[in-house]
Formats: sequence, C-alpha cells, structure tokens
Amino acid sequence: MSEPTFTLDGDDVPFTEGQTILQAALGARRYVPYLCFHKDFKPHGSCKVCTVKVNGHHAAGCTTPARAGDVVESQTEELTELRRDLVQFLFTEGNHFCPSCEQSGRCTLQAVGYELGVTQGHYNPLFPTRPLDASHPDVLLELNRCILCELCVRASAQVDRKHVFALSGRGLTKHLVVNAESGRLGDTDLAVEDKAMKVCPVGAILRKRRGFTVPIGERTFDKAPISQVLVAPHEED
Amino acid sequence: MDRDLSAILARHHHDGGRLVQILRDVMAVAGHISPGAITRVAEALALPRGHVEGVAGFYSFFATEPRGRYRVRFSDNVTDQMAGSRALAQRMLDAFRIELGEVSRDGLVSVGLTSCTGLCDQGPAMLVNDHAIARLTPARIGAITSLIRGGSPVAQWPDNLFRIDSHIRRRDLLLGAPFAAGDGVAAALARGAADVRLQIEQSGLRGRGGAGFSTATKWAACAAAPGPVRHVVCNADEGEPGTFKDRELLAHHLDLVLDGMTVAAVAVGATHGLLYLRGEYPFLIAPIQAALADRRARGLLGRDVGGARGFDFDIELHVGAGAYVCGEESALLESLEGKRGIPRNRPPYPVTHGYRQQPTVVNNVETLAAAALIAVHGGAWFRAVGTPRSAGTKILSVSGDVERPGVYEVPFGTAVRDVLAEAGALDVQAVQVGGPSGTLLAGSELGRRIAFEDVPSAGAVMVFDRTRDILGVVDNFARFFAHESCGFCTPCRVGTTLNHHLMARVCAGKGSRRDVDDLVRVSRLMKAASHCGLGTTAGNPVLDALAKFRPAFDARVASEPGPAFDLDEALAPAREATARDDAGAHLDPEAP
Ligand SMILES: Cc1cc2nc3c(=O)[nH]c(=O)nc-3n(C[C@H](O)[C@H](O)[C@H](O)COP(=O)(O)O)c2cc1C
Ligand code: SF4
Ligand code: SF4
Repeated sequence: MSEPTFTLDGDDVPFTEGQTILQAALGARRYVPYLCFHKDFKPHGSCKVCTVKVNGHHAAGCTTPARAGDVVESQTEELTELRRDLVQFLFTEGNHFCPSCEQSGRCTLQAVGYELGVTQGHYNPLFPTRPLDASHPDVLLELNRCILCELCVRASAQVDRKHVFALSGRGLTKHLVVNAESGRLGDTDLAVEDKAMKVCPVGAILRKRRGFTVPIGERTFDKAPISQVLVAPHEED
Repeated sequence: MDRDLSAILARHHHDGGRLVQILRDVMAVAGHISPGAITRVAEALALPRGHVEGVAGFYSFFATEPRGRYRVRFSDNVTDQMAGSRALAQRMLDAFRIELGEVSRDGLVSVGLTSCTGLCDQGPAMLVNDHAIARLTPARIGAITSLIRGGSPVAQWPDNLFRIDSHIRRRDLLLGAPFAAGDGVAAALARGAADVRLQIEQSGLRGRGGAGFSTATKWAACAAAPGPVRHVVCNADEGEPGTFKDRELLAHHLDLVLDGMTVAAVAVGATHGLLYLRGEYPFLIAPIQAALADRRARGLLGRDVGGARGFDFDIELHVGAGAYVCGEESALLESLEGKRGIPRNRPPYPVTHGYRQQPTVVNNVETLAAAALIAVHGGAWFRAVGTPRSAGTKILSVSGDVERPGVYEVPFGTAVRDVLAEAGALDVQAVQVGGPSGTLLAGSELGRRIAFEDVPSAGAVMVFDRTRDILGVVDNFARFFAHESCGFCTPCRVGTTLNHHLMARVCAGKGSRRDVDDLVRVSRLMKAASHCGLGTTAGNPVLDALAKFRPAFDARVASEPGPAFDLDEALAPAREATARDDAGAHLDPEAP
C-alpha cells in the first residue's frame, strides 16, 4: 500500500501515521518557518509561526495531525504576512539588538525574520525590563532575548530530568524562571553538557567565553538562509 | 507559618493535583506566597520548584511578594466603571495615601483592580481578601476604610457589608419549574443511561457556556470512551465580564445544578464530579459545601446514589484563583490538576482525555441545570420552546444602563429589543451581547435575536446609553484581554497588549489612522492564529466597534501618525523619582 499524502502548496507530501503537518513537511525537505518546534520534542504549538491553512482554515502546522487528502497552503502572501507579523510581535516584545548580540548569524529568530523579509520594526517596542543573570560560572542567561519557546524547559524536564527551567507569570508578564529559591541560575544544577544548553533558538542561554569562536560572517545563517539549512543550527556549530 | 503549612498540606493529602487549592490556603493564612513557602510546598509535594513557582505566578489572586494584610481589589468591569468604581477606588487610595497596586508602608493595605467579579447587577463591587462586597458607595468605602484602620479580621466585619442580592427578574423553563433535590437523579435512574442520553438528544440541548456544542454528542462520546474512571466537570468559572447568571443559579437553584451533574454521571457512567467555582464567588463556597454534605447524608451522593446499587458518585469543589482563561475547558482541566491554566492542544478532546487524561464531560452550570429538568420532563418538553436550532431558554445577565439589572430567562429567539424593554433600557447606543468576546450591537440592530444562529451569547447583555463613550468601552475590553491572556501563544500574548496600548493611545487623543489600521491588523492576526478562544475573540470588540462606530474613531484620531515615542511620557519615571510634577519637569509646557 502506498503512503498516505496531503498536498502542500499543490505538491504531494507523504506522511506516516501520527506525524503532524510540519513534521511531514520537514521530512519531505519542505521548509515551513517555525521557532518553538524541535524534532526531538513533542510539538506544543506556542509560537504559531508555522501557521498554515488546512482546507482553508488556519492551523498550527506543528500540532495539527497530517491527514490524507488535506489541502495545505503555506507559501502564500497571506501566510507570509501573518508570519511576518508574528515575528514582529516577538521582536517588539523583547529587547533585541542584533548587531551587538553574540548569537547574530546563528539565531533562528533573526534568520526567520530575514527569510520572511522582516527588515524593520513595525509596532512600538515594549522595552520590557528583564534581568540578566550571570551567576552561573559557564552560562549567561540573557532574558531580554527570550522568546518563550519553552525548548529549554522541555529539554531540562524531559531529557536532562533536572527541571532547571520553568515558566511563571502570565500574558505579557510570562517569563522564564530557574529552579532555585534565590532565582539565580548559579544556584541550579545546570551543566554545560545538558540538552537544555543546546536548544535555545536565540541568544538567551549562552555558553560563556564561546560567543565568538566562530566569527560573525561565517556562521550558519550567514552562509545560507534558514529555509535551506532546515535543521537546527546549534547542533552543528 | 511552618505549622500552618504542614496543616494545609495535610488537609490536601499532600496531593500535587490540589496545588491551586493549597496555594489558595497559603494565601489565606500568609497573605502572600513567599519564595521559602514555594520551596517547602514543592519539597512536600515532590514537585519541581519551578512548577510551584509557575503556578503561584499564574493566577491573579496569588501574590509572590508581600501584599497588604487587607488586599482590596476593585472590580474593573466596564459596568463597575460606569457606576463610579474608579472614583471610589481613588477615594480609598487617597485615604491610605497609596497608589494603585501599591502596599501601604505599614503593610496594612494594598488596593488594586481585578477583572469583573460578576456582581454587575449590584456594582460597583470589590473583593477584600476572601470576601466580596457589592453596592459600593462613598459611605461604604468610608466604613470599609475605617474597618481596615481598626484592624479587625474581615470575617468579623458587619454582615450587611457582605450581603449579595438576588435579581431574578424573569423566570421560564428552568427558573420557573418546581424542583426538589433528587428529582433529576430519581428520574435519570428510572430512565437508565441510554434513555437519558436519548432525551438529551431529543431536547436539542446545546452548551450554554458559549460554544453551543451539542450536549448529547459530547455525552455520547464520553460514554463510549474507554477508561476505568469517568468524570463530570461543572464549569462555574463564569469569567466573561458582564455574566452573573451562573452565580444566581448556584445561589438559588443549586439542587438543579448538582442534580444535573448527577444526571450527567448516570448518562456517561461517571463516578467522580468536580465543580470548578471561580474564586470571585467566595460567598458560594460554604453553601455549596453544605449542600454537598446534605446530599451525602441523604444518599444523593456517595455510594449507591439514589438507592441504585452500584451507582457511586461524589462531587468535589475546587475554587479558582482569578484567571478568565480557566473557563476554557481544557485550561480548566489543567487548573483542576493543579497546574497553570494553559489551554491544551486538541485533539485529543476532554471527552476521551480530560481530567487526569481520563474521559470527562465539561459542561456549563446552566447546561447541567437544563439537563436535570430534561431528565424529569423529557426532551420534547424542552424542545417545544425556543427556535429549531436553539432549543429551550437562555438565562441572560443584564447590566449597564438599565433600570432593572438582573437575570432574565427568555426563550431562544427573543429579540434583544424585548429583553431591553423588560429591563428598562432607555436611549440605547450599543449593547454588548455575550461579553467582550461576544458581539457589539449598534442601537439599530436591536431586532436581532438571542440564538446560536443569530446573536449567540453565554449570557451577558451589557447596555450602553448615548452618554457613554464607545471607545472607552472598547478600551476597557482591550485591557481585560491583555490582563487575562495566558501568554502561551505569540499572537494573543503580544497582540492583546498591543491592542490595549493602541486603544489607550486612541482614547487619549494621541492616535492616528495608522494606529487604527494596526488595531485591525492585530485583531485579525489574533483571530487567525491564536491557540484558544480567548485569543480568537479578543479582537472582536475592536473589529465590531470599527465596523459600527467608525465615526467615533475618526473623530478621535489624527490622519498623520504622531511620534511613536512620547518624550514627555518617557520622563515620567524621572519625575516620579524626583517627586516633581511642575511645568519645568515636562517637555510640553502646557502639561500637566
Ligand atoms: C477564554 C474562555 C473562557 C471560557 N469561560 C467559560 C466559563 O466561564 N464558563 C463556561 O461554562 N464556559 C466557558 N468557556 C467555554 C468552555 O470552553 C466550554 O465550551 C464549556 O464549558 C462547555 O460547556 P457547555 O457545552 O455546557 O457550554 C470559555 C471558553 C473560553 C475560550
Ligand atoms: S537573540 Fe537573535 S534576534 Fe535577538 S538580538 Fe540576538 S540575534 Fe537578534
Ligand atoms: S489564545 Fe491567549 S489565552 Fe489562549 S492559549 Fe493563546 S495566549 Fe493563552
């Protein structure tokens, strides 16, 4: 029996039972922009950047089960516009100054922004006041750049089994917290080998003293746009 | 505190699933949930500390920093504001010489705002610690201020302060039917599960919580779902601003609701019931507990319910802690499990994977009340009223600019105009039906009907006469959604705040056409891409108001964008730090 398929922008995409639209698309080497998805974790669908239209209705590609015969749209001007706005929202919500960020060039938010043609801010920045935590000997926690994707939360809970990171607050006050009464990363058992150290798509969880081992200009997304890189950059860098 | 904490944990059997209840109790004894308390609760429950901190930080009634010994929160629904709540709040702030959200230096009192407390028929209202106070007037504020200064426990304040009135103005099928505790249970047991489900199907009953989903379909799916244990959840979160009909049902027709839960249990084969009561209704906790105890004593809960061998069913009360999103059924389940109220991904649906991943029906208070009567009188009795697609009656909560605010039970298909006439509305400019997430009707649309196929409504009808500023109404709703977004998904987390800021700019006369365009853009994006109903409806007031009251916007905005960055406003922190507000401390000499 042949594999079931759905169509993505008119082309057949095969999938296996249990896969979501985004998983199947990536499996078929078709790029759909995303931020909070990671192949090693169960999709949770919070960033909504992978929003597609399934039979005419908006749905998050990462959490919507693939179904045979569905008609999925992704590379349309309407959806690109929607994704651009979501990326604008994330820039507006945090404090992102790419030129002075050591993650520039291997940052997924920045790369997805370029991919979608986000060249300048649209909404008034919210300029949140967020702390910087340098208490850990090997790790810098720079929450100004956190996009609340929860990948570190999931990695620490599911893979490292340490629960170093969690979320508190709600709405716009939602923020990352660490598993220590002092609130300081240095008082947790986070180690540089942890999976939680390898999944941050932006410049929020940084390895100290390694920021510029690969010079700017020679980094993953300096060389190729994210739609061609397809896999998460920090696992190659 | 350590002793208190041990007692609280023991009372909740060290069950991490009861974390929200545990933290409510910690708040009650300690006034806030300190970092140390979080650590100890986490250790005692064997939960990651971050999990407990996350839950403590999610609900608005939890504070992780010291608040006043008296925590005053004024209900900030638009109907409270229309009745003068902000001026009353200011009176109290002046009396204690504090700012909104601040704690007095002696730690005595803090005064803040909270989303609609469901007392819109008798506002302005407030919460003080675990007590609700309605019908606020300057005199009552004076009395409360003195009581706080006097330092006596809120529980010992004069009873008349805490009186909650009942305003049931029109009764029909549900509120008019004679009913005694156990009638529905006896009828359901006599019919058997299959016939109860059949009667519900024939009744055409659709959910009263907002979505209007077929109750029969939901119950059939849960009954068919495999699982050793099934649950019935009564959704009494009633968070939609302007809605208070569930409050009246729980206060005055509680047996109808509890019978309805038991009827649902018969129909789906459930053994466990949960009633999730919003934290804004503390005055209902004791009556509900008493009714549950009474039913246990009378064999209407517990083992062999209603004398039916082998039919065991009991109901647990859970109380929320200030989070509108927890009315969304999957967020409600998360909250019942002691977690942050984040809506789940679906599929799977609660009917197969609900409370503790077991088959669960979640129904609104009014839906369950209707089910109890349908068990007694049969489906045809119910179906005879209403419209073909909206069977039965709807209980509406009417408030705002009307002479007789209160609860009106009307047959589905009733014109909005008829409801307003009965409530005594004059010179109507607009009506918000279904709360902020519902539909804003202009005065010219009052012939439209309350029905799923026309103007659907979970129950709120807020009336605005021609003296009201519609933009101010929309601004209030935008602020509500920004405050209540759970923050899980990007479009709603950021979009609700952007809309709130944009509306505030427009209302302040600083907006431009571009801001109006952005309001539309943000609202549409939230509708298209949000994860749950909160985000998909959060833009409704803006979009409705722009479609129906465009001149009100045009009159308030400039055609050219003003500066995005308000230099004078940016100096505000400096003014505050230097305690200056004179002309020299402003860029614009005209201000303040
Ligand atoms: C943000 C949000 C808040 C909600 N609040 C409530 C509520 O307070 N009470 C309620 O019964 N349903 C509420 N609902 C609807 C529930 O998700 C669910 O549809 C309902 O409880 C099902 O019961 P029913 O079929 O009897 O209406 C809310 C939905 C959303 C999206
Ligand atoms: S985290 Fe990414 S988007 Fe943010 S400042 Fe750094 S490079 Fe730019
Ligand atoms: S739409 Fe809003 S309330 Fe719903 S999940 Fe997203 S952020 Fe939370």
